[in-house]
Amino acid sequence: MPEPKAMHNIVLALCLAIFSILSLVLGLSQFSVVKLATGEDLVSQIIILSRIPRVASIIMAGMAMAIGGLIMQQISKNRFVSPTTAGTIDAARFGMLVVLILFPRFSAFGKMLLVFVFALGGSLLFMGILGRIKMRNVVFVPLLGLMLGNVIGSVTTFLAYRYDLVQNVNTWLTGNFAMITQGRYELLYFSLPLLMAAFAYADRFTLAGMGEEFAVGLGLNYKQVVTVGLVIVSLLSALVVITVGRIPFLGLIVPNMVTLYLGDNLRKSIATTALAGAVFLLGADLLGRVLIAPYEIPIGLTVGVAGSVVFLYLLLRGERR
Amino acid sequence: MTEERYAADRRLIAILALLVAVVSVLYIVVGLKSSTWRYALSLRVPRLLAMIVTGAAAAYSTVTFQTLTNNRILTPAIMGLDSLYVLLQSLAVYLFGAGSVVVSDPRLNFLVVIAGMLAFAVVLYNFLYRREERGLAFLLLVGIILGTFFQSGASFIQMVVDPNEFSVLQNRMLASFNNMNTGILWLAGILLVGAMIVIARQLTTLDVLALGREHAINLGVPYDRVVRRLMVVVAVLVSVSTGLVGPLMFLGLLVANLARERLHTYLHRYLLAAAALISILALVGGQFLAERVFNFAAPISVLINLAGGLYFILLLLKESRA
Repeated sequence: MPEPKAMHNIVLALCLAIFSILSLVLGLSQFSVVKLATGEDLVSQIIILSRIPRVASIIMAGMAMAIGGLIMQQISKNRFVSPTTAGTIDAARFGMLVVLILFPRFSAFGKMLLVFVFALGGSLLFMGILGRIKMRNVVFVPLLGLMLGNVIGSVTTFLAYRYDLVQNVNTWLTGNFAMITQGRYELLYFSLPLLMAAFAYADRFTLAGMGEEFAVGLGLNYKQVVTVGLVIVSLLSALVVITVGRIPFLGLIVPNMVTLYLGDNLRKSIATTALAGAVFLLGADLLGRVLIAPYEIPIGLTVGVAGSVVFLYLLLRGERR
Repeated sequence: MTEERYAADRRLIAILALLVAVVSVLYIVVGLKSSTWRYALSLRVPRLLAMIVTGAAAAYSTVTFQTLTNNRILTPAIMGLDSLYVLLQSLAVYLFGAGSVVVSDPRLNFLVVIAGMLAFAVVLYNFLYRREERGLAFLLLVGIILGTFFQSGASFIQMVVDPNEFSVLQNRMLASFNNMNTGILWLAGILLVGAMIVIARQLTTLDVLALGREHAINLGVPYDRVVRRLMVVVAVLVSVSTGLVGPLMFLGLLVANLARERLHTYLHRYLLAAAALISILALVGGQFLAERVFNFAAPISVLINLAGGLYFILLLLKESRA
């Protein structure tokens, strides 16, 4: 049945387009189509300097987090694992702090590389612990990941107190798109080739998700695929943490919701997951901007509330089956 | 033989009490200057009392909760009760407005929030006992996610109520180790003593409850009634500690398990006393070392979180092997 599945993507793409336009023009001071058409200075300035970067970064961050979660769920064979429940994001935050303390003069790209190293280290540590334990209870694994993240987080907070950087650390604690302007988000474009790589590897991730023995039996270089997956996830996480901050649960709930309908074949679900991630994040951002306009609620909070509710729903529902 | 063991336990408790006394005096005295002693005391004494009340409340609530749920990993803080306190506080602001008495009077605010906590304790009780068969890891994960939800919900509500005063509101309402809410100290102390009296009258029942539900009922404990009453006490105790110094995710877990490991007994008379003393010692001693000796800027709660998180992972791994 190719048609209903294609419908998903069309609907999502439509939503994406509508939300993007809304996000571009919402609350624009003195906005009118005429002024935009005539190239009124202020309006086009706002759009170019602030709105387009904002929409672009939200779309890319949403896709990055959703795909990152999808890949992690496949290679850990656990649907409750994501960069937030595996210590990846917390390790990235820790890396960011280390950069600020030791190498404050690094370029944005250099910082990104270092944060990536930490994120990868965190993911590898988590996968290492997972490999050691025998009981692979489906809820035990994310529990362990959350605790690992918590421990890394306390070390980060402790160091932040010592070096008087608590404020900076707290800003990455809750993701926020309000600070995104031209020149401060371009690093996120690096996520595009990574997403393409994820698409190219989709079939191999699906196979890896069937278990090491089975995958190797089918001729898959299992170790290599898992490593590629972890590298992609860590790079994506590092990019998002540096530019936007921490967005909780997105990588957990979006892939799960999509997989619920489309099944475990990544080739079928990966595009939908990416679209859904972007739509979800755009929607949350719009909501945060509308609720207490002219102020705005940081997106980390909006997603945190919505995400934990959906996660609880998935948990309770999953156990009932 | 048993008498000897109890003697050892009693000795341990006596030593702990002595240590608590020593660090308390140190906390008060060290660094006092003749010119400013009055002012310093007016700051230090309430803070010391707040830590003592908090430590005792965290220990009592956790030990009782663990006995009720029959396990050593689940604690009220991990089930999200601490964060719920913060959420209820924010809800009060949302419902009554930031300027109302319910919010500005710390004591009234405290009582209103406790009422909400009691209501939730009943819900939690039903959840815990009807879904026992789902396993510990499931309950833990649900608790942690609930905690996250309560936390982000609280910040969300505070933001919605008043974006301009967000940080002011946060500072005034949310207690932390750097910002202890000593305004409710006496009220919290009275509640703590009340809760301790209720628990003291159930000490032998608690010893029986530790054998598990079936045994307790066989031995003639009116199980549901007792457990429900003790859950209410736990909710009050959690409110006391969270109201004074804010959420302390792992303090209870650490001290309750330490007490259970160090003592040779299952008797709650000793367990509760030892856990409370260890808890106070950790808070006062830790804060003393952090503030006066090492000059850490970080509050002791960060260190407790670090140690508690590691210990929790160890417990989980041990559990997964069994």
